[in-house]
Amino acid sequence: MSALIETQDLTRHYPSGEGVVAALEGLDLEIGPGEFVAAMGPSGSGKSTFLNLIGCLDQPTRGRYRLAGEDVAALPPDRVAALRGEQIGFVFQSFNLLPRSDALANVEMPMLYRGLPRRIRRERAAIALERVGLGQRMHHTPSQLSGGQQQRVAIARALVNGPGLLLADEPTGALDSRTGLEIMALFQALNRAGVAILCVTHDADVAAFASRTLRFRDGKMIEDSRYQPVDAEAMLRQKFQ
Amino acid sequence: MAEALLAALGALAANKLRAALTALGIFIGVAAVIVTVAVGAGARQQVLAQIQSLGANLLVVWGANVRLGGVSMGAGQRPNLSWDDAQEIPRQIAAVQVAAGTSRQQQQVVAGNQNWSTTVVATDPDYFVAHDWTTQEGRFFTNEEAMSGRKLVLLGATVVENLFGDEDPVGREIRIRSTPFEVIGVLGRKGQNPMGQDQDDVVIMPFWTARRSVMGAPRAFARAVGTISVKVHEGESMSDVEEELRQFFRQRHRVAANEPDTVSIRNLSEIAATRDASARTLSLLLAAVAAVSLLVGGIGVMNIMLVSVTERTREIGLRLAVGARRRDILRQFLLEAVLLALLGGAVGVIVGIGLAHTLAGVAGWPVLIQWDAVALAVTVSALTGLFFGYYPARRAARLDPITALRHE
Repeated sequence: MSALIETQDLTRHYPSGEGVVAALEGLDLEIGPGEFVAAMGPSGSGKSTFLNLIGCLDQPTRGRYRLAGEDVAALPPDRVAALRGEQIGFVFQSFNLLPRSDALANVEMPMLYRGLPRRIRRERAAIALERVGLGQRMHHTPSQLSGGQQQRVAIARALVNGPGLLLADEPTGALDSRTGLEIMALFQALNRAGVAILCVTHDADVAAFASRTLRFRDGKMIEDSRYQPVDAEAMLRQKFQ
Repeated sequence: MAEALLAALGALAANKLRAALTALGIFIGVAAVIVTVAVGAGARQQVLAQIQSLGANLLVVWGANVRLGGVSMGAGQRPNLSWDDAQEIPRQIAAVQVAAGTSRQQQQVVAGNQNWSTTVVATDPDYFVAHDWTTQEGRFFTNEEAMSGRKLVLLGATVVENLFGDEDPVGREIRIRSTPFEVIGVLGRKGQNPMGQDQDDVVIMPFWTARRSVMGAPRAFARAVGTISVKVHEGESMSDVEEELRQFFRQRHRVAANEPDTVSIRNLSEIAATRDASARTLSLLLAAVAAVSLLVGGIGVMNIMLVSVTERTREIGLRLAVGARRRDILRQFLLEAVLLALLGGAVGVIVGIGLAHTLAGVAGWPVLIQWDAVALAVTVSALTGLFFGYYPARRAARLDPITALRHE
């Protein structure tokens, strides 16, 4: 099976004062479909730049990036936008929900840009919310939901276009430990169902739920290790029952 | 598209007061445009109606020194226009359709036990043509009847109301200076002239009849008339005919080259047109105010859209991250700006029309709602939104998704 993510010499420089800062330098990497990868490192290590490049939100200074076999740098902007919408789901630390829209409308939003009819959007959004366990709260606005529930809405939104890759930026950063654990359990369940996950975190406990960890320092990847993940569901039962 | 509209409406509804205040500028502009144009058009229509009532293509010749509003001729003032001049003018000047010599006098008119003081106009049948008179009942008198001195009169609508009330006066008799006259017709209503005089307060009779029975004059002045009404053929130059008339009277009165004219010639429609021009100037001024208001309103829209873009930076970042193209973002904000401006425009239309009707009712101004101006005002308000919304929308569409997502 071919790689989902494939980078060669992926490099991102930022101009800074007199010179340039190498936020990411010469990254060669392959991530297969269905992997659960954690990217770790202190702030400024390049892990966020890595995530932005993988998410097609940023363009590399040098090097190649293929997502599902497509060379992203060669694509026109509209095609990149479509790629973001259909191949990638984003989950943010601060959820980034539209405060005035209910859960259903928030989840529907990515489908607006694919021009899907309203009926199908509603249907799929409802299914995605069921999948993250919020079937009963579809018409709640974010302010009526807890942090964990809001993050579930955000995950439903990320999943709704059926992407092969979920990008999560400190997904548990704003949550208490139990809720964080629940979110990680959800990620593991989604991963078992075939969704590849790339999760940026500075928390080794979070990285332990992945099956592979990439460590970054000063713009370079210094470690790439594979291991048996901790079962979040089991830990949840053990800790809170 | 319908959903994008709903989304834009929702975004505006989230800040109702702000949206309302922003739309206010556009609203004032549009309302001002509509009221201005309505008042302007109303005034013009009134003036046109007055010009029509005076008689189109009409020149009136007065004896010199006799002022427009003055009725009496001063002592020793020799009347210098004659009935024969009026007969001669169309023969000498080809562009003239008809010319009618006219004498006017204030007289007491009696019918049964009613009496009324009114202006008696003694003239030719040509007078009806020159002043575009119509009859609402009966008929005009003919040339033969006029020349043979038959005692026939036509009454203006005001005279009929005062002497006969609702009764039909045709065939009845009135008396002036104890002479009986047969009423053969009622003149069509004309209303006020631009000087505010009631044009329907009039009795018209044949000139020679008046000379014999009502307006006695010394033998020397038997053929004298006060004014001559000259109607110019359609399409001929009024000013050319005015000059020809001037020359006609200079010759006829044997005026030396260095002497002043013995007659004065007035173009009544020109007097009315002057009023039209001043109404137009006022309209132009108000239109300028409206344009400035629309400009200020547009800047308000731009300002609030810039604020909105800043406030919703994270939302824009999010939308870009989930697959929105830059033109989707551009369209979203542009639509909001246009909708905001249109909202102001729509309220402006309603209030503008209401205000115009209020002015018509309360101040008694003649107003005429111009629907093409309403359509124009709405279009302009939409264009204002489009123009002033473009810069903020472009700014939103060009945001860098990474910085937008991190925006606090």
